[in-house]
Amino acid sequence: MNMTWTNEPDRQQTGTATMAKPALPVLQLVGVSKRFDGFTAVDDISLDIREGEFLTIVGPSGSGKTTLLRMLAGLEQPSDGNITLRGTLINDLPPRARPTCLVFQSLALFPHMTVGRNVEFPLKAKGVAAAIRKERALELLRMVRLPESYYGKNVMTCSGGERQRVALARAFAYDPDVLFFDEPLSALDYKLKKLLEKELKDLHKESGKTFVYITHSLEEAMVMSDRIGVMRAGKLVQVGSPEAIYGAPQTRFVAEFLGEVNVFGASLEGTGWVAETSGEPIRLVLPKPLAGASKAAVVVRPEYMKFLADPGDADNAVRGVIYNEYSLGSRIQYQVRAGDRVFLVEMSRAQARPGAGSGEVLIGWNAADAIVVEA
Amino acid sequence: MSDATLPVVDAESQPASRLTRWRGLRLSTGARCASPVALFMALGFLAPLITVIGFAFATPRTFAVFKSFTLQNFAEIFDPADTVWMSFAWSLALAFATVVVLLVICYPIAYGLVRVFGRWSALISIAFVFPLFISENVRLYGWTLFFINHGVLDGLLQEIGLSAPDVLFSPAITLFGMVYTYLSFMLFPMTLGLSMVPGDLIEAARDFGASRLMIWREIELPLAMPGILIGALLTFVLAAGAVAEAKILGGQSVIMISHDIEIAFTYSQNWPRGSALAVLLMIVIAGLSMTLMARLDLDRILGRR
Repeated sequence: MNMTWTNEPDRQQTGTATMAKPALPVLQLVGVSKRFDGFTAVDDISLDIREGEFLTIVGPSGSGKTTLLRMLAGLEQPSDGNITLRGTLINDLPPRARPTCLVFQSLALFPHMTVGRNVEFPLKAKGVAAAIRKERALELLRMVRLPESYYGKNVMTCSGGERQRVALARAFAYDPDVLFFDEPLSALDYKLKKLLEKELKDLHKESGKTFVYITHSLEEAMVMSDRIGVMRAGKLVQVGSPEAIYGAPQTRFVAEFLGEVNVFGASLEGTGWVAETSGEPIRLVLPKPLAGASKAAVVVRPEYMKFLADPGDADNAVRGVIYNEYSLGSRIQYQVRAGDRVFLVEMSRAQARPGAGSGEVLIGWNAADAIVVEA
Repeated sequence: MSDATLPVVDAESQPASRLTRWRGLRLSTGARCASPVALFMALGFLAPLITVIGFAFATPRTFAVFKSFTLQNFAEIFDPADTVWMSFAWSLALAFATVVVLLVICYPIAYGLVRVFGRWSALISIAFVFPLFISENVRLYGWTLFFINHGVLDGLLQEIGLSAPDVLFSPAITLFGMVYTYLSFMLFPMTLGLSMVPGDLIEAARDFGASRLMIWREIELPLAMPGILIGALLTFVLAAGAVAEAKILGGQSVIMISHDIEIAFTYSQNWPRGSALAVLLMIVIAGLSMTLMARLDLDRILGRR
């Protein structure tokens, strides 16, 4: 997986003025690695970050995404490879000399300062006069939807969501070309998180700045991003639009990272593919079996699984027993045991089947709805 | 915990013991648990303090504590003919100078311990603590041997044909002794204060383009201030009562206030005067420390809010 993701077809973008910019990468990584005492945190990553895009890097904890972001912000230097900003090598450029700004996971608000002084800090560092600073700070508070009266408020008395907004206003005060976000929403409750995700997306559109966001939550990435990069053990395993990542994962890891899916090994026996199971063999009809491979992993999303009346109703059919059902709100998830394997089937509430324990059922899916990835 | 509280619950449900019924008061569990310490503090801490205050208002050169009341001791001290004010001045001035010198010396060391030395920090900290295991007087005599004519320094320099300057028995060497003695009392609170400045705040400030000076002035110093103030307070209070440095290294070129108090209690056998001096010293130091403490946010030091 050592390639540059520049030739990826562009996702259909909704027409905002800022997105019509030429596709010149604002930041470019070529073969970037970072090693700490024999441990490789980031391993040979090449990536173009486009002007004005909202790029999200997702990955489990310890996958190296924070280290990657810290290198982009200038807080760490790469051990290998080059980082260029609009064509200029910036490997060793200190953070203060970069037109970039990092919003820390902790937010790193200055606890001994008021909201106003926090927001004004980058302006003060630039030597902006006090009166102009205040005017600009009030403007920024309005932009992040905080009342102007918060200007003199102690920042530590603000709520979690308000602190997010202060941190955001402060980052915008620096007026960077690129904003980096290190999981800033991870500590918030679900409802507030959803609200701020949308606001962040709006802010991205309005400002036209490039946002690079890292999170371990794919859900968060899906909502906000133009493109998503998935990291695993220091490597970038796939980069693409949310639809591409969701609809066409290239590896089992990416498929499984995207949430609850049916993933099972399949092997070529004679001329046909069979699912690996201890029970009675399940013959498979696959969309496009890997050429030359004798093993593969098959991914079927639970929402593409259905209950069948007759084995001929779908390309693939499996006989099993419902042993559990969960309400997921608008949908219901069934767990169907077939041999030693459990299949997840999701239905909307309207199509829901009668409850568990209703004996043997027939489930299946169409070949076109399955994704075949490397085993 | 439940085991510990059970007997108490039983005691509550039983009729009150004869003692508590007689006194007509029922102490809460907490108050009863605290009473041994409270008694200890009252006898060991409060009683001597009250006695000293009592002596300060007793007739001079008598032991008529709590039997006489006079302001004569204070009148004598404030009499312009009495030179004891010089001891006060020297003690406070040297204590102040000690604090200033220690602030300058300890800041880089504390910074190093927190941000630079890494895993060596523990070893270096121990090196600073180790001398405290030896009596202060012994250490000061060690310095005397180091600086004295034909001592360690002078002897070594004579080997190469030089001689050491005569530094002993001066106010300057007294200050040196005080700085040496109280170094750890400034260093460790300061280190604690600096270690409480989160690293990502410094990084964020750097990211926002702040210069080193701006980061130090606006982020590091204010956030480390509680630790620095505690260190300053601790060293000031200790240094204001210091006596051994002036006696051993300073050769009594300077008389410290603690020395005057000691003399009043011993050779002069004038306890009321000694007590009055002690009370004045307490008032001065308490006044200074309270002013400082009022500016301290202890919540931040202990609980990180």
